[in-house]
Amino acid sequence: MNNLKKIAGLMLAVLLCFTAQAQPASSEPVDFMHSNGRIYVVMAVVLAILIGLFIYVYSLDRKISKLEKS
Amino acid sequence: MIRKSWWKLLSFVLLLYTCTYGFLVPVPSPAGVPLQETIRNLFFHFPMWIGMMVCYTVSIVYSVRFLRKPSLVNDIYAKEYAITGTVFGVLGLITGMIWANYQWGKAWSGDPKQNGAAIAILIYFAYFVLRGSLQDESKKARIGAVYNVFAYFMLFPCIWILPRLTESLHPGGRGTEGNPGLNPKDTTNAMRSVMYPAALGWTLLCVWIATLRIRVQLLQEKKLTHE
Repeated sequence: MNNLKKIAGLMLAVLLCFTAQAQPASSEPVDFMHSNGRIYVVMAVVLAILIGLFIYVYSLDRKISKLEKS
Repeated sequence: MIRKSWWKLLSFVLLLYTCTYGFLVPVPSPAGVPLQETIRNLFFHFPMWIGMMVCYTVSIVYSVRFLRKPSLVNDIYAKEYAITGTVFGVLGLITGMIWANYQWGKAWSGDPKQNGAAIAILIYFAYFVLRGSLQDESKKARIGAVYNVFAYFMLFPCIWILPRLTESLHPGGRGTEGNPGLNPKDTTNAMRSVMYPAALGWTLLCVWIATLRIRVQLLQEKKLTHE
């Protein structure tokens, strides 16, 4: 369970760092996240959903495993 | 801790690969095919249908097993795989509608494949209605299994055969490619290197969710028999 919290915290930190970069700037900075029409922002969103989904399914699996043992 | 987990990890790795390289892989832009970047939906929309078909196939296998040897476990497997398959089918329809809205101009344009998929999913909805309407457990399982066999054999004409008989907005269709789903001209080998892992990854996730549902049902049954 503790491990799960650590992973969730890490995810949150990663996400926060993306939002910090996504602030509108007067002159568009040319970095990885802003290249190619900012498609990598979409990639980050999809990855966040995917990782969240897997954490959820994984935790369900663990809970059911515990129930099966008891 | 986590039961038989290698394929669950494989699913995670494949989907991480899909969701990163799927955005990075160069896509072709052949003349006359106005797909542009939306072709990347191939890594997300198409695997939903693969997941659905795998689930429905497992479901009918357990329904046939139930008819040969009636047991509660077979019935639970058949029902839960059908539910998971339907969830993925609905996701396939929704993702297809979003794509169609920007590709064909309308979310629903009565394309034969859209209609066929919708009919197939409605037939599976009827399976759940049928099960829910019967009180007696053994009757529910038996009639459900017979209906599930029927539903499976309606699924394939609806999504594989009928759309091939008429022109479809989906790539291919009669007279052009003969494969109303994927057009070889739109894809490249680089794209296939994402498409097949994506299909496998999403299917494994689909199976994982189905097994979770089955384990919960089995636990509930065990609890009922103890009481």
